[in-house]
Amino acid sequence: MFSGLFATYVVMAHNYAGGPTGKELFNLTDALMETMLLLFSSVAFGLGMVGMHKGNKRMLLAGLAAALLLGLGFVTMEALEFSHMISQGAGPQRSGFLSAFFTLVGTHGLHVSFGILWMVVMMGQIATKGLTGPVQARLVRLGMFWHFLDIVWICLFSIVYLMGVL
Amino acid sequence: MLGKLSLSSIPFHDHIVMGAVYGSLLAGLGVVVLITYFKKWPYLWKEWLTTVDHKKIGIMYIILAMVMLLRGFSDAIMMRAQQAMALGSNPGFLPPDHFNQVFSAHGTIMILFMAMPFLSGLMNIVVPQQIGARDVAFPFLNAVSLWLSTAGAMLVMVSLGVGEFSRAGWSGYTPLSGLAYSPDTGVDYWIWSLQISGAGTLLTGINFLATILKMRAPGMTLMRMPLFTWTAVFTNVLIIFAFPMLTVALALLTLDRYCGMHFFTNDMGGNTMMYINLFWTWGHPEVYIVILPAFGIFSEVVATFSRKKLFGYDSLVYATAAIMFLSFAVWVHHFFTMGTSASVNVFFGISTMLIAIPTGVKVFNWLFTMYRGRVRITTPLLWTLGFLSTFVIGGLTGVLLSMPPADYVLHNSMFLIAHFHNMLVPGVLFGFMAGYAYWFPKAFGFRLNETWGKLSFWFWLSGFYLAFIPLYILGFMGMPRRMQHYDNPAWQPYLIVAAIGTLLILLGIGCMVMQLLVSIRDRRANRDLTGDAWDGRTLEWLTASPPAVYNFAVIPVVEGLDAFWDMKQKGTAYLKPDRYEDIEMPRNNPYGLAVGVICFVFGFAMIWHIWWMAGVSFLGLIATVIARACDDNTHEIIPAAEVERIEGLRSQGMA
Repeated sequence: MFSGLFATYVVMAHNYAGGPTGKELFNLTDALMETMLLLFSSVAFGLGMVGMHKGNKRMLLAGLAAALLLGLGFVTMEALEFSHMISQGAGPQRSGFLSAFFTLVGTHGLHVSFGILWMVVMMGQIATKGLTGPVQARLVRLGMFWHFLDIVWICLFSIVYLMGVL
Repeated sequence: MLGKLSLSSIPFHDHIVMGAVYGSLLAGLGVVVLITYFKKWPYLWKEWLTTVDHKKIGIMYIILAMVMLLRGFSDAIMMRAQQAMALGSNPGFLPPDHFNQVFSAHGTIMILFMAMPFLSGLMNIVVPQQIGARDVAFPFLNAVSLWLSTAGAMLVMVSLGVGEFSRAGWSGYTPLSGLAYSPDTGVDYWIWSLQISGAGTLLTGINFLATILKMRAPGMTLMRMPLFTWTAVFTNVLIIFAFPMLTVALALLTLDRYCGMHFFTNDMGGNTMMYINLFWTWGHPEVYIVILPAFGIFSEVVATFSRKKLFGYDSLVYATAAIMFLSFAVWVHHFFTMGTSASVNVFFGISTMLIAIPTGVKVFNWLFTMYRGRVRITTPLLWTLGFLSTFVIGGLTGVLLSMPPADYVLHNSMFLIAHFHNMLVPGVLFGFMAGYAYWFPKAFGFRLNETWGKLSFWFWLSGFYLAFIPLYILGFMGMPRRMQHYDNPAWQPYLIVAAIGTLLILLGIGCMVMQLLVSIRDRRANRDLTGDAWDGRTLEWLTASPPAVYNFAVIPVVEGLDAFWDMKQKGTAYLKPDRYEDIEMPRNNPYGLAVGVICFVFGFAMIWHIWWMAGVSFLGLIATVIARACDDNTHEIIPAAEVERIEGLRSQGMA
């Protein structure tokens, strides 16, 4: 699915329709901040999983909580970036390029948001059920999902932000 | 409160539509009354609606496919009747507005709500049994897939009576399907029905690939898998890679239509050809998604009814793999006229021609399997023979179309219509019919009536030739597709012949209905107690017919290709084990049905812009998923004594 969105973005990356370009809109410092938030969130998740394998419930919960907060920070920054762009008149309706930008980045953001919701559910399960077999299996799946979102973000950062500015 | 929905959305003035609406409602009501009269609701709920058993899910998929086949075919007969009449001053009986909906619905239904459920149904019934497994990898996900497909199909049915269906063709080309040219809810019905059922199909793809890769019986290496299972592997890989592209194309079109974005609009930097590229990067693999399993069915049928090993098993596997890879490199042949450079068109022209090579390999494999075999001419084999002779013609016209210069002349003409029906009707439908007749005794424990089946086949075959060969000629005469009305009297005789062909197909469908009724009436006489109705070769014939919920009381050990034939030769097929063991099976649950119902409501709310209802149903969906995700009690144990009792009954029946 992301490959389709990326392909669409690349095709439409220069369809500005007289509107603002990526060079004028993107702020690399902010994008780098978002990248760091997401990557450290993954690190925190990984540390939590180390806790799980040790049978250390507190370490697991702490790791998950940190991952969750960092993820939340990421989503907040992205939401601020979006609202800033929209207030400048560079909303998704402005041009084909911006439609593609908001959809690609927004889809990733939506995935991150669902990941956060999933973390909340899992923290509830850990607290009520403990580290049972099914709970551990679910955490492994959540982990794969969370790390996968990093990979997508790296591609996003390179193709959308770096290539847009440079 | 109700968004764009109002009483005027129901087309009371249109008698044809309202007739169909009342007919469907009456049929539905009749079913409900019958179920209530026979007090079957608890049975239906416990045994079917909440089931996670792959065999029952498969049967429900095929019922859905059959119902939608009737609906799609009635669209076809209306189109043929309209075109046979509408010359010169005669406007025919369908106004343009309605005719456009009819051809859009016909394509959408036949591909996505007939062929896809039929394929999922056959995979469900057969694949786990062919690989010696007790269930699929994710039984609950399987139920979700079924109910998502059903929800999509129901949205198409609702569009008949509430509002309108899309007029933009089954492929929904932009900008015609954009808000500027299709402002009403028709395209939205099309979008949401495809989006919801597409999600179900994607889950099916993941589920079956995992099942086949991880759950094969001991000894069944990849190159010992039956060919139908192999084609299921390729089809599921195609589903996993191709369906997300449809999701993207539809999602972007949705954003254009709902949020005023500019992906596929003519102005503001939109790119309409981007949609067409995205659509066909799904659309072309989709053709192979539906046709490869049919090739698998033909392979099984030919081997069984020739009493021979499949000729060139390895080459068949590799040829199918080659088709799978090539299918991702041909999508531009659907729009050579886009005007890309000559070298791009040449690339896609050549890759299209290349597909004919592995397909040709397969045709010879099937022919050589029959050569010097002890061929039994049964209904499934008849469908296969009909396929072989007819499909080759379609293949030849396909190679003709693959040349860009020829395509420029024939693009969007009746020649194209004739070509792809010539591929899909024999290639897919005949294949699924063969599979239906072949595996029916496995699913229900009695054979279908052969006389009515053969009659149905001959009506279908002759009807097919009469209905579609004239369309080739019409294409050469310059008739474009999708014409509600025309002024060239030279076309009419051919269109009348085509309409007569459709009537013959109608008789064929009538014979199928009769076959089913007669077979149910005579079920005791046609009962199959052995579980091996056709002297079969592959593992699904080892189980009882219908199979016990766990399929295999003891997981078989596979020692070669055609595992069951091998066992019968060695006399080890029905050996009684020393003792039985407890079997763990997934527990029935209503979450799958709930997901389907909620998605239907969500889709309907989105189509009519009833935002509160969309919001509530979306939250409901998330709550359902979370509730299920917190359920640890998903399996139950069938004790060894119970297994012994069931198996004992079977041995008694066989003796």
